[in-house]
Amino acid sequence: MTTTTPAKPSFVYVSYIQTTPEKVWQAFMDTDVMAKYWVGPTSECARVNVSDWKPGSKWEHQRLDAARTVDICGKVVECNPPKRLVYTWARPSEADDESKHSRVEIDIEQRIDGLVRLTVSHIDLDAQMLAGISGGWPAVLSNLKTLLETGHVLPRVAAAA
Amino acid sequence: MDIDKVFKALADPTRRRLLDQLHSESGQTLGALCEHMDMTRQAVTQHLQLLEAANLVAVVWQGREKLHYINPVPLHEIHTRWIAKFEHGRLDALHNLKQQLEGKEDDNDNPGKT
Repeated sequence: MTTTTPAKPSFVYVSYIQTTPEKVWQAFMDTDVMAKYWVGPTSECARVNVSDWKPGSKWEHQRLDAARTVDICGKVVECNPPKRLVYTWARPSEADDESKHSRVEIDIEQRIDGLVRLTVSHIDLDAQMLAGISGGWPAVLSNLKTLLETGHVLPRVAAAA
Repeated sequence: MDIDKVFKALADPTRRRLLDQLHSESGQTLGALCEHMDMTRQAVTQHLQLLEAANLVAVVWQGREKLHYINPVPLHEIHTRWIAKFEHGRLDALHNLKQQLEGKEDDNDNPGKT
């Protein structure tokens, strides 16, 4: 799926991480790694993204609870390890209506100073979804940075209080 | 390290105002940002460069347009390290009380849209 006129992203989040592009890539593929840093906005429950990550395949954002509740789903658009991952993003109730899907673009770039620049752009988000998730990505990205740089994530607020 | 640049970038009212502008509408051009700022384009450009160096602003090229996005990731790192671990709940209560007494609805630039 290619678009001739690029849409303006709803948000762009950038993190510089002292690591390798391969490790960042693995963090987006390997559910064991994801479970360590991907926390939901409201619950203590970790989340994972599950797919075979082949273009055209489905993916699901699952809660790691007993029911494996699916909060978000979509289709893989582009998978170019360890540089670029693009997928669509939809509420499960709107999975079949592609006009309501937004798009996530993840770019991983090795810089000459040794850092990896990780960029997450979200395109065509509706306002309600934007409000719901724009607070979640910064937490996910800063957790990921801490995990990759130190081997562990920062203690949860509840645990530290 | 990087965190010094973030604090330095935040230690200026103009740059905080630019961040507020980008919070109310992310993805603005230099021209759009200048409309709200009472200073020269060059001065705004310099402030934006400092915000970009601190990774508080991310830049995306859209054709010939350079769009500026607020990047809250470093702020979240500060929050986690310096705020969240210090009794978040009670600080929130104090903050709400202060706002109520001072008659402000919100400190943030509240664009009134959802």
